[in-house]
Amino acid sequence: MIPNKYAPEYLQRRNKRNILVIFIISLLILLMLIISMNTGHIRLSPLELFETFLGEGTDRQRLILFQFRLPRIVLSVLVGMALAVSGCILQGISRNALADPGILGINAGAGLAVVLFISFFPSTTEAPVFLLPFVALLGSGITAFLIYLLSYKKGEGISPVRLLLTGIAIAAGISAAMIVLTLKLDSETYQFVAIWLAGSIWGSNWRFVLSLLPWILIFIPLVIAKARIIDTLNLGDVRATGLGLAIEKERLLLLGVAVALAGAGVSVSGGIGFVGLIAPHMARQLVGARHQFVIPVSAMLGGLLLLVADTIGRVILQPSEIPAGIVVAIIGAPYFLYLLVKSNT
Amino acid sequence: MAILKKYTQVDTEDVIYQSRPVIASIIIMGGLFGLIVSIGISVSFGAADIDMGTVWSSIVQYNDELTSHQIIQEIRLPRVLGAALVGACFAVSGSIMQGITRNPLADSGLLGLNAGAAFMLAISFAFFPGMPYMYIIFFSFAGAALGAGLVFGIGSMTRGGLKPVRLVLAGAAVSALLIALSEGIAIYYRISQDLAFWHAGGVSGTKWENLEMVAPLVIVAFLGAMSLSKSITIISLGEEIAIGLGQRTKKIKFFLAIIVLILAGIGVSIVGAVGFVGLIIPHITRFLVGHDYRWIIPCSAILGGLLVVLADFGARMINPPLETPIGALIALLGVPFFLYLARKGGEEI
Repeated sequence: MIPNKYAPEYLQRRNKRNILVIFIISLLILLMLIISMNTGHIRLSPLELFETFLGEGTDRQRLILFQFRLPRIVLSVLVGMALAVSGCILQGISRNALADPGILGINAGAGLAVVLFISFFPSTTEAPVFLLPFVALLGSGITAFLIYLLSYKKGEGISPVRLLLTGIAIAAGISAAMIVLTLKLDSETYQFVAIWLAGSIWGSNWRFVLSLLPWILIFIPLVIAKARIIDTLNLGDVRATGLGLAIEKERLLLLGVAVALAGAGVSVSGGIGFVGLIAPHMARQLVGARHQFVIPVSAMLGGLLLLVADTIGRVILQPSEIPAGIVVAIIGAPYFLYLLVKSNT
Repeated sequence: MAILKKYTQVDTEDVIYQSRPVIASIIIMGGLFGLIVSIGISVSFGAADIDMGTVWSSIVQYNDELTSHQIIQEIRLPRVLGAALVGACFAVSGSIMQGITRNPLADSGLLGLNAGAAFMLAISFAFFPGMPYMYIIFFSFAGAALGAGLVFGIGSMTRGGLKPVRLVLAGAAVSALLIALSEGIAIYYRISQDLAFWHAGGVSGTKWENLEMVAPLVIVAFLGAMSLSKSITIISLGEEIAIGLGQRTKKIKFFLAIIVLILAGIGVSIVGAVGFVGLIIPHITRFLVGHDYRWIIPCSAILGGLLVVLADFGARMINPPLETPIGALIALLGVPFFLYLARKGGEEI
């Protein structure tokens, strides 16, 4: 028998299951945090970790944990969350299963703005780090506006296909502009930009964490509060309007949030794609279509995914490091292709 | 309304399938002339300006004691000829792809061929350093085949078949994957520097030996394409029509696919992953000369060569003494063009 999806008992059962899913993912994140803190060039056993946290460890252990590993770990989780929620919103409001800030070129726009900014202000000073998210936001905002404008056709509105094609083209154009731009940089700045572009989290310290954290704390709860609106938008424009939703206003607001989150994430991590694509899909598979669950779960999955990717990248080819962006692309591209094969659009 | 639509359809069909041999001949003659002039200009400008007379004399009576003759013969001439060759390769491979897949968005860059070739080059540099150039070409060819195979394989697995947009999306994802893999290999084996050139695109490293090696292959591929050009025209009308007209489409498509892979592979092995030439040139050519591939193929070869020679010239002139990557320059042209196609295409895309 097919369950009635609107019956209260069914929803209650589903809610219980979803909470269980959230609990399990939390456990996985915790486990991964511990594994990630353990591994690296110098191993720290769980016991040593525990002692270091209690303030018992040696100076060396404290240095490794608090100055090198922890900021990086925290940062990768935060970036993963930002990108995943951004992708979740984009997929929700465009009703396009293949939307992702990376594929739509929004990440590339943020990247271009950051590279421009870095080429004017050397990365060593204190102030620019806090400005980075704003700069990235400016870049991603302009890019999103441009893509919206170029894929808008009078009378037809925005078709998902044209949106994707425009995004791919804009991303190609921006990366070309970036290549031209990076040639003009001096070698030290170039090094920084090159590593940054590959989507690496290794340059991280607490300053980056602090500059990203406010954006996460403000916007993700805001999106969760708007979950029902995304659900309604998902029903289609006609029904959403019928239900009394100011669709254009809400869509624009949500788009703004998605762009802000993507920009903030990219500003500290560089070009990491596919997280915003994979995490929401996995979340929907696990907890169904209601965004009050999809958003938090995809945030958690995004964080987990990037943490895993970064840990793999750190460990797999020691002593060299593979930027997390590359690891994510190697996992994410096949997943995208799988979705492409499966989807009907 | 429906009747009107039908009539306009017939009309456009008439326009589409007519060819314009006069214009095509003008393009071939004028294009060749333009190509020679721009090669001459491109050869004479550079870090050391050399006047045209010296350029001419270095070709007809080469004197290896003169530095200017050496610069022309050893550095500039091979790179400029390489640029022309590469442009022709990409443009013809794009024309054939657009013809036989009936896909207006087909291009060796968009459909993963370039990324595949770059990936195989990364592998060959990492595992077989110092390989002779002949093998590099072979690897590049195999890589193009790998990329194309993945994109078309996945594209044809999708429900609704090989729609252009699906191929482009599959191409974007396959390219992302292959580029990520080659970056990973590059980082681990510390060959980023060697490969950066292939990602950005540039003809500065072209040598006579390379040209001598690829020229026969390119000529064979061109001749093959020309001899099959009539069949391409028929296939571009539609699979059913082609079969109805007695074409053995499978066999012909197979040969054409090999030609496309050879051309794209050679292009990438010389210049690196330069996209959009194979997208822009065939469209412009079709617009100018109509839809007869007997004219499209030679015209797009010449126009493609012209485009890349000019792009290479621009790349050296924009920011001397540094070189701007050709790939970036052409992408700045290609992106607006792609956007225009995506906008215009509407439903059939």
